[in-house]
Amino acid sequence: MKKDWPLWEVFVRSKNGLEHRHFGSLHAPDAEMAIKNARDVYTRRKEGVSIWVVESKHIKASNPDDNAEMFDPADDKAYRHPTFYDLPDDVEHM
Amino acid sequence: MSSKEVKNLEAIFDTKIARDEKIEPKDWMPEKYRQTHIRQISQHAHSEIVGMLPEGNWITRAPSLRRKVALLAKVQDEAGHGLYLYSACETLGISREELYDQLHTGKAKYSSIFNYPTLTWADIGAIGWLVDGAAIINQVPLCNTSFGPYARAMVRVCKEESFHQRQGYEIMMTLCNGTKEQKDMAQDALNRWWWPSLMMFGPTDDQSTHTEQSMKWKLKRKTNDELRQQFVDQTVPQADILGLKIPDEDLKYNNDTGHYDFGEIDWSEFWQVVKGHGKCNKERIKARKDAWDNGKWVRDAAMAYSEKQKLKKAKQAG
Amino acid sequence: MSNKNLKHYIYGIADNALILGQRLSELCGHGPTLETDIALTNIALDLLGQTRSYYQYIANLSTENTSEDDVAFLRKEREYRNVLLVEQPNTDFAYIITRQYFFDVFHFMLLNKLQKSKDVNLVAIANKSIKEVGYHKQFSGDWLKRLGDGTEESHEKAKQAVNDLWVFTDELFHSSNNDHQVIESGYGVDPNSFKEEYYKTVSSLLEEATLQVPETKYFQKGGKEGIHSEHMGYILAEMQYMQRTYPDMKW
Repeated sequence: MKKDWPLWEVFVRSKNGLEHRHFGSLHAPDAEMAIKNARDVYTRRKEGVSIWVVESKHIKASNPDDNAEMFDPADDKAYRHPTFYDLPDDVEHM
Repeated sequence: MSSKEVKNLEAIFDTKIARDEKIEPKDWMPEKYRQTHIRQISQHAHSEIVGMLPEGNWITRAPSLRRKVALLAKVQDEAGHGLYLYSACETLGISREELYDQLHTGKAKYSSIFNYPTLTWADIGAIGWLVDGAAIINQVPLCNTSFGPYARAMVRVCKEESFHQRQGYEIMMTLCNGTKEQKDMAQDALNRWWWPSLMMFGPTDDQSTHTEQSMKWKLKRKTNDELRQQFVDQTVPQADILGLKIPDEDLKYNNDTGHYDFGEIDWSEFWQVVKGHGKCNKERIKARKDAWDNGKWVRDAAMAYSEKQKLKKAKQAG
Repeated sequence: MSNKNLKHYIYGIADNALILGQRLSELCGHGPTLETDIALTNIALDLLGQTRSYYQYIANLSTENTSEDDVAFLRKEREYRNVLLVEQPNTDFAYIITRQYFFDVFHFMLLNKLQKSKDVNLVAIANKSIKEVGYHKQFSGDWLKRLGDGTEESHEKAKQAVNDLWVFTDELFHSSNNDHQVIESGYGVDPNSFKEEYYKTVSSLLEEATLQVPETKYFQKGGKEGIHSEHMGYILAEMQYMQRTYPDMKW
């Protein structure tokens, strides 16, 4: 039998109030051990209070070849940002 | 893809790198970039895990509990660093198993310094001080390298390694403040590790085959000789503080250049070790291979168990 | 409570952590995967950390000027009170995990009771350690199930390890006469108070791991009285190498 441990992506919440952030990957036979391994590999220095793991193959990623269509159209929509609007300097709290 | 299209993609790629933009795994990249990165990142990963062995040799004999936990944590960090780097390498479409295979069959290289034996406790101090010192000089610029996963792994590695060199220097300091026998032990370790440490920066610039391309891809920011000089310049004053003598009769501060001049490296020894004929090349590879081969049934068992559990759950649900 | 008795009692706990920590440190760099290597090293570090806390306390209880390292490295084999179980060699991964699990379950139950000791120092150490050991127990238990109920090969190896190491479990519950005085005064813990629970827990996990509970009635003992196995001399020869070769130096 030749079956290698699959790859998992590890997300760690550093402290309550913050989001889980991608920390890295590791190998594990299943989710249960992936969490244990993540604890041992990625939180040895008190880096986390919560761990998510997901098998890498289950992540569906956008294709960088489509980046022009996907992301460039947002370039010229400056009106979505506060600095687009002119206000006199003495208007406060806005 | 036509060769014209490839040319076009290459031009875009080069511009991105020149603008200091990162390359991510799914981005188009020239095949040579991919191959060079697989080679360098895996070589780096292999160095971390082979590097566990010479220091691991002293964990069970560490002379105090404080030293024992520090060394154990350091060697464990190296396993972690190997893991981060293998993971970065895997984003380029090669598995950890394939990379191990390259290491075990001698196809892949790792840093030659780890083919030297650790003979006394002072060697643990010398490795932390000199070998980690040299490694840091090599690694810090890599935190800004062009390939995203490698750069991110290096940020984590550099952050964690900050205690490693201090750990080594503290050992040397303690020995140098100890009995004559201890100080001699420290000097002996420096004598044996100094030259191999200088060799860690690789062949001289005129002999180095990869430098120019690596500079362009930001895999390298300084040449081998520049980094080696930086190491010598920063290490000599540290040896002075310890009261140890660097084993090089030609070592002398040069007022004109503001750097230390140093003697000729024995490149025949360098190539002998690189080509597999160092004192410990065979043992190191054997130890890694044994760990992997003897672990096969363990890895298989864990997989088999998890598949059985999945089946069980499916049955219960069905 | 005499300091002598209390120290003797603490050795009975601390030496287990030291010797098992030492055994696990031998493995660093040789694990079946990097992930497992890192995990086992974490356990070793926890155990060595606990060892230091106990030994520092012992050093404080001593009238002579003693350090944690004197306590760790300068005793003779007869003076170490660890059980035979923890000095057993790293024969293979099944032995490593089984040894760990048999010890972890005991260790957890012991610390659980030690949290109610009359000795505030022991309570503080137990409070800190029990969290670590709770994780060790989960880790080794999870692995033992995987080995027992994994492949045919792993099942055979786990079975062998369980059979060979089972004979060392009874000693975990032994106490010396001096221990009894410490226990009766409320400073120490009577391991017999959780012996039944121990075997129930271990048996139920073995069953889950599709492994049989060995039926032997013959057990090994001696470690707690300083009568160790042949392995112990080599463990100490290695561990004390520096102290014996270069006496009275600071490192």
